[in-house]
Amino acid sequence: MAQSNIRFEQVNKSFGTLRVVDDLNLTIDQGEFLSLLGPSGSGKTTILMMLAGFESPTSGTISLGSQRIDQLPPYKRNMGVVFQNYALFPHMDVAANVAFPLEMRGIAKADIAEKVTRALDMVQLGTLKDRRPSQLSGGQQQRVALARALVFEPSVVLMDEPLGALDKQLREQMQLDIRALHRRLGLTIVFVTHDQSEALTMSDRIAVFNRGRIEQIGSPREIYDQPHSRFVAQFIGETNLVEGTLAENGQSGATVALPGGGTIRVQPSGAPQQSQKILVSVRPERIRLDKGGKTDNSYSATITDAVYHGDHLRIQLDGDAFGFIVKADRSRADRSRAEWSPGDRVTVSFSASDCWMLPA
Amino acid sequence: MRLIDVARLLFGVFAVLFLIAPLIAILPLAFTSSIFLTYPIPDYSLRWFRELAVADAWRLSIVNSLIVGTGTTILAGVLGTMAALGLRNSGLILPGLFRTAFLLPMVVPAVVLGVGMQVFFVQIGFANSYAGVICAHTVVAVPFVVVSVSASLAGIDRRVERAALSLGASPLTVFRRVTLPLALPGILSGAVFAFATSLDEVVLTLFVAGPNQRTLARQMFSTIRENISPAIAAAAFLFIVGTLLVAAIALLIRSRSTQPKTPA
Repeated sequence: MAQSNIRFEQVNKSFGTLRVVDDLNLTIDQGEFLSLLGPSGSGKTTILMMLAGFESPTSGTISLGSQRIDQLPPYKRNMGVVFQNYALFPHMDVAANVAFPLEMRGIAKADIAEKVTRALDMVQLGTLKDRRPSQLSGGQQQRVALARALVFEPSVVLMDEPLGALDKQLREQMQLDIRALHRRLGLTIVFVTHDQSEALTMSDRIAVFNRGRIEQIGSPREIYDQPHSRFVAQFIGETNLVEGTLAENGQSGATVALPGGGTIRVQPSGAPQQSQKILVSVRPERIRLDKGGKTDNSYSATITDAVYHGDHLRIQLDGDAFGFIVKADRSRADRSRAEWSPGDRVTVSFSASDCWMLPA
Repeated sequence: MRLIDVARLLFGVFAVLFLIAPLIAILPLAFTSSIFLTYPIPDYSLRWFRELAVADAWRLSIVNSLIVGTGTTILAGVLGTMAALGLRNSGLILPGLFRTAFLLPMVVPAVVLGVGMQVFFVQIGFANSYAGVICAHTVVAVPFVVVSVSASLAGIDRRVERAALSLGASPLTVFRRVTLPLALPGILSGAVFAFATSLDEVVLTLFVAGPNQRTLARQMFSTIRENISPAIAAAAFLFIVGTLLVAAIALLIRSRSTQPKTPA
């Protein structure tokens, strides 16, 4: 089977004087699930629309396999597109909606009926074929949109925040369903979202966008554990950022000196040079409270607020050197203390391997 | 019930009465047996309806109204729909200017239009012809179609059309399979407006129509000056019934097109 990667080469897109996509170079592998993640206005939807053919790049090329596609009209690209608001045809019933792309391809009537049935069964909507979209719930509409985008067996499926309008429980179910379909059908999926947890759970790779540029691209684990910038660290999940100066960066570990005195032992990293201003990122769930024994970093601090979240407590601390946010998992050893209340003095500790350095 | 509610109800009733009082006043006279268009009604009869059917002047004017109305509906429907589609195009320069131009006949005094048309139609040999009257009526009917179709086009989500494109439909197919069916209720009610406008139009007809294109409205107008016959009331009755019928048909089509099928 011929490889059909999607390649963006030096793609720019401007609306008037506003540059929405800035020199994008990106290769999407065949069969990959890539999420485009970023705040609104970061250019991620524009990139998807250029891929679908609804926008054309101001400059640069987009190709699929060996074919250049950036000048091809949308109806010749053969990509499935799932829109945020589902975009079902309101005047057609479910079966006619799903049959539409097959009719456009001149497929025989009998084959259409069979393929539609199979596609609707795939999204568990076989019993609702005669309904109008207006008679379906949001989740059902999204499944119809999914079936319609997949029924003509496109190799690439584009999804523009497809789950944004669904409630949390349904969204999580659909995330699992889409992932399962992706694996089963070997699709290339480009998935636009501003929901970082959605991107983390679904993707093979995540491209984090900020102001029209890719801030970082990598596996969910890389993006979360090894963010390259303050923007990525703060956009993906919650984090504690501490400013300091790199005092030592060796094989065994690195030390960051804090402006108010004291140090943090951190994971060594190749990038930052000695005596450079840097940021240290520590994820809230990596910090332990009042844990005995030897740890790389421990500080005393005062609890300023503790909020119950069911599965965890979110505790805000004011340390002598800096403030923290800690997520205390209620199943962990932290549970030895039944309650944390504002004003308590505690010891916070975290290991050097959970501290990640970023350029300031 | 509080005083304010009573006041509100009374005001509503008065407003409705104010609007339909002229109809209430004229309609019973259609069934009078008297030869005068006045109250009291001595006896009820259908003689004036018979008169409409039998008298050549009336019969011809009804046929003319139907011919002109149908022609106007088709022409204004097509032109107005195309105009509304064009106005929707995002690449349009000065869209406000174009929209105003299409709606202008609504506010330009009909007398001015009529004079202009008469002079112009005589020049091009268009005067005293059905085509001339239909064109004149179309000018004043198009704005209604543009407004109505624009409203229904505005209700179409662009993403639905984009979805159709992405599913492999060419722009023409998208128009045929998605845009047009979704705009159809607007087109139909625009057409009803166009037909009603044409039925009702007197001023332009006075200027451009010859004796052979005398429409029902025009015939009523001259009858009321020449001999005040209750045939006018009968014609008015036909008018109202016809308009209501057309509106009812449009409503029916509209509700059928939006009515969801019963769940399986």
